[in-house]
Amino acid sequence: MIYRENGQFKTSYGADQQIFPIAQDRWAVLAIIAFAFIGVPLLADEYMFRAILIPFLILSLAALGVNLLVGYCGQITLGAGAFMAIGAYAAYNFLIRIDGMPLLGALILGGLTSAAMGILFGIPSLRVRGLYLAVATLAAQFFWDWAFLRIKWFTNDSSSGSVSVSNLDFFGWTIDAPAEKYLFCLGMLVVFGLLAKNMTRASIGRQWMAIRDMDVAAEVIGIRPMWAKLSAFAVSSFFVGVAGAMWGFVHLGSWEPAAFSVDRSFQLLFMVIIGGLGSIVGSFFGAAFIVILPIFLNQMLPALGGLFGVSISTAAVSHAELIIFGVLIVFFLIVEPHGLARLWATSKEKLRLWPFPH
Amino acid sequence: MKIRSLALAVSMATIGLTSAVTSTAAFAQAKEQFFPVLVYRTGAYAANGNPWANGYVDYLKLVNAQGGINGVKLSFEECEFGYATDRGVECYERLKGKGATVFQPLSTGVTFALTDKAPVDKIPLITAGYGRSESQDGSVFMWNFPLLGTYWVAADVAIQHIGKQAGGLDKLKGKKIALVYHDSPFGKEPIPMLQERAKMHGFELMLLPVAHPGVEQKATWLQIRQNRPDNVLLWGWGVMNSTALKEAQATGYPREKMLGVWWAGAEPDVKDVAAGAKGYNALALQHSAEPKSKVVADVLAQVHGKGQGTGPKEEVGQVLYMRGLISAMLAVEGVRKAQERYGKGKVMTGEQVRWGLENMNLDQKTLDAMGFAGVMRPVQTSCLDHMGASWVRIQTWDGSKWVPGNDWYQADEKLLRGMVLNASRKYAEEKKITPRTPEQCKQ
Amino acid sequence: MAFFLETLIGGLMAGMLYALVALGFVLIFKASGVFNFAQGAMVLFAALAMARFSEWFNAALGGDSLLLANILAFIASGGVMFVVAWVIERLALRNLVNQEGATLLMATLGITYVLEGVGQTIFGSEIYAIDVGMPKEPVMMFENLFEGGILINKEDFIAALIAAALVAGLSLFFQKTSTGRALRAVADDHQAALSIGIPLNRIWVIVWCVAGIVALVAGIIWGSKLGVQFSLATVALRALPVVILGGLTSVPGAIIGGLIIGVGEKLSEVYLGPYVGGGIEIWFAYMLALVFLLFRPQGLFGEKIIDRV
Repeated sequence: MIYRENGQFKTSYGADQQIFPIAQDRWAVLAIIAFAFIGVPLLADEYMFRAILIPFLILSLAALGVNLLVGYCGQITLGAGAFMAIGAYAAYNFLIRIDGMPLLGALILGGLTSAAMGILFGIPSLRVRGLYLAVATLAAQFFWDWAFLRIKWFTNDSSSGSVSVSNLDFFGWTIDAPAEKYLFCLGMLVVFGLLAKNMTRASIGRQWMAIRDMDVAAEVIGIRPMWAKLSAFAVSSFFVGVAGAMWGFVHLGSWEPAAFSVDRSFQLLFMVIIGGLGSIVGSFFGAAFIVILPIFLNQMLPALGGLFGVSISTAAVSHAELIIFGVLIVFFLIVEPHGLARLWATSKEKLRLWPFPH
Repeated sequence: MKIRSLALAVSMATIGLTSAVTSTAAFAQAKEQFFPVLVYRTGAYAANGNPWANGYVDYLKLVNAQGGINGVKLSFEECEFGYATDRGVECYERLKGKGATVFQPLSTGVTFALTDKAPVDKIPLITAGYGRSESQDGSVFMWNFPLLGTYWVAADVAIQHIGKQAGGLDKLKGKKIALVYHDSPFGKEPIPMLQERAKMHGFELMLLPVAHPGVEQKATWLQIRQNRPDNVLLWGWGVMNSTALKEAQATGYPREKMLGVWWAGAEPDVKDVAAGAKGYNALALQHSAEPKSKVVADVLAQVHGKGQGTGPKEEVGQVLYMRGLISAMLAVEGVRKAQERYGKGKVMTGEQVRWGLENMNLDQKTLDAMGFAGVMRPVQTSCLDHMGASWVRIQTWDGSKWVPGNDWYQADEKLLRGMVLNASRKYAEEKKITPRTPEQCKQ
Repeated sequence: MAFFLETLIGGLMAGMLYALVALGFVLIFKASGVFNFAQGAMVLFAALAMARFSEWFNAALGGDSLLLANILAFIASGGVMFVVAWVIERLALRNLVNQEGATLLMATLGITYVLEGVGQTIFGSEIYAIDVGMPKEPVMMFENLFEGGILINKEDFIAALIAAALVAGLSLFFQKTSTGRALRAVADDHQAALSIGIPLNRIWVIVWCVAGIVALVAGIIWGSKLGVQFSLATVALRALPVVILGGLTSVPGAIIGGLIIGVGEKLSEVYLGPYVGGGIEIWFAYMLALVFLLFRPQGLFGEKIIDRV
């Protein structure tokens, strides 16, 4: 009843093509963003910030980047973790090697370095496709894992290969308390989310989608596959690289290459596929699902056991966590192969028609 | 179907969020000292993580069975992190909210991540036998306690032992020593010390990294066969150790020439190689397998005897079990010491526990009385020395059990001190920390 | 020269073992178009089952006949793998027919988690040994030909022989039996196969079963070599470059690819590794596969991809 677009007339192309053409959507999104900026910092405690919200925001950003490549351009990647690592280590080097480098500058430069590497490792996509490409991108993953362990220059000759960053300073604002870190991540995510959304609506995004749907056909109608694919790799790697730098700088503070291992790559791909390929909001859903579910299971299972008077051992809990996580993934893929975003869209559709079935 | 599953997902997410919030709100009760236990009972390193965690928890249960610390009962909670750094940090945040006053992560990666967080949260970090080597310097690393030994101690003693077998450290000249290490901060930690020693004595150091988790070592051992080093140092964790021993067997490298770090010298490392590992030596962080010690008898009688044992009975007294048990003992003794100053029978805060750990003085008599006779030597910490002892023994696998050697080694104080100070000063500079002066230390 | 040969032989033998895991991938991909990431978890699961059953049977039999216990354990583990295959087909795959490759890949990753969790819950998460009487000590050969001789690991040698025998057996099975023909028909065209009365679902169960048996053999060989523990699941990552190098749909490709990757990575690690700090074999294998792919995008023996608008 409330969610109805009756009476909202579009009188210009601009109004028709805006991101949220329905007024209720606009208000809802604004309200959510406002709540995230004002309400959440007042409500959440330190654990919530550090263990759930900050990882969620940063991984959403990374998932967004992966979604641009996998969901919009159709190039499967299993090397996203490596590009997070490149972003993190490049930003680290820019920060410590150049005097007076501002935090934002280091993050952006880290992202740009990652973008350059993305182009380089995207070149095989011009010849190789599908699952072959997915496995080929693993080459990037393992190569960079190795490089950051072995090449001492990258880690500023730290004897253990672990690097750390402290005293984050964003134009005079010292990002220190968990709530500040949260706000910083949220701000970045909003900016990048808007950027991504607009890109997918612009000509570049349409080129990517044409390539995804059928690259030979796209070539026939005059889209340059090389440009489209490599730009997708570059933009995606940029997003992922910035997210990686934030993961290192803001979330972990001190990290080693294992923080960006192949498991991270799988995790990101999971987010994108569970969330919904080719959907911005899907990236957020996917990230929330993958970040929160294991932690939730890990805390809920012992509590559940306590309810029935059985104490479950830690080992059993963690195994059950694995099993339930796996089962839920398969379950979601079966119920809705197009991800949580599709479920969201369907329910919105239903809401619009409510109380009528059709 | 679709809508229903959506509703399911939404409600699940809500429950998840609320439970996460409420669980942190539920603080530990007042009269109990809370011990967080970070464990990995699943994943690639579970075989080694399990006995450590069992020993740790069993000791806490033993203390409770004996009436707690001056009447203060201990409570604890395990948190599984699977040896993954980010999950470890999540566990830390979760258990911190429940009133944790001392953390022992049993992972070098997590230690690195927590070193920056500990001073902010005012929670001391015990890393008995692992962690950052330079954190021995308590004037810079106020909250880190690498009690009993660091990897630099291990590396130093390893070279001393090899030198002794060769008939003197000067005999090492021109020899070749290979370091087969886990390619992570853990495995790289000893390298600076070994390089220092190599320069001093003129032996050649071969570095052979093995990628996580360490099941692929064929090429590594082919290189060892090609270069025929006089000794091999094994710096592995988990499955990497048993794989290394199997490859050594397969390439015919004498196991007697192999010396493992104390994390490569436990039952899970050699059990399934059995006779194939006979003669293999490993450093012992003071203790070896100690099935006959009194503390083990106590655990068996007062914890396992009442059906409250954490793991299988056979495991009690094994090397990693003992390591966990001793780690728990050190934390408990830190609390006990703190109580001496801040009030017996009270629950200590993180800051008070830190003071207790920094002023710990466990002499042989106390240790013997607690049932650690023959297991441990005295530990005495100070502001400048957060390690407290650097005693190391060598143990040998005889095909079915670990046999501790009789010689006790100690790290070369002068060499170690110099390196620790160098590294900790560099760290202090990077992080803009002013090292504490002796006066500040007394507070 | 002797050392070079030794490395080469070591590489070939390691390659045979990779091929064994790769074979599992290829079988399933051929028949159902699923890139089965759970192959590694299946190897772990099978090896865990084998190790524990052997231990339990041995204890139940009073410990006097290890051979009998092993044979019984092999049969029991085979049965377990059959159940696993059936459950996967029934609960997951059947409901995912006609989905995109990426979705299927993710589903198998989900299956990986389930298998790892279930395996560790039932069989434990310690390190276990499989003792099938493989010789562990090395032998020296051609000592009169080269100085110092060539060291050959008997265990690897036997493992390579078993792998070769299994491949030969599978090829025969595919070429000569009617089930094999049905399998090939399904691989060729699902709908055509369905229309001439080949039961698709049963074929898939059979394929997953065969892949399960391959995983069991791989698990026994790897488990006997490395001990049975969680990290066995990571052999899947080592076998991936083999699969794409050889082509996702080709059984001989898996073998040749395995040999190329095995030799390539061992030679690179031994001869190139010391100059760049070592530890390069894993990414070198992937890079090697990538270079091959640039010239033949569908792998060495993969079916040619023809694009039509």
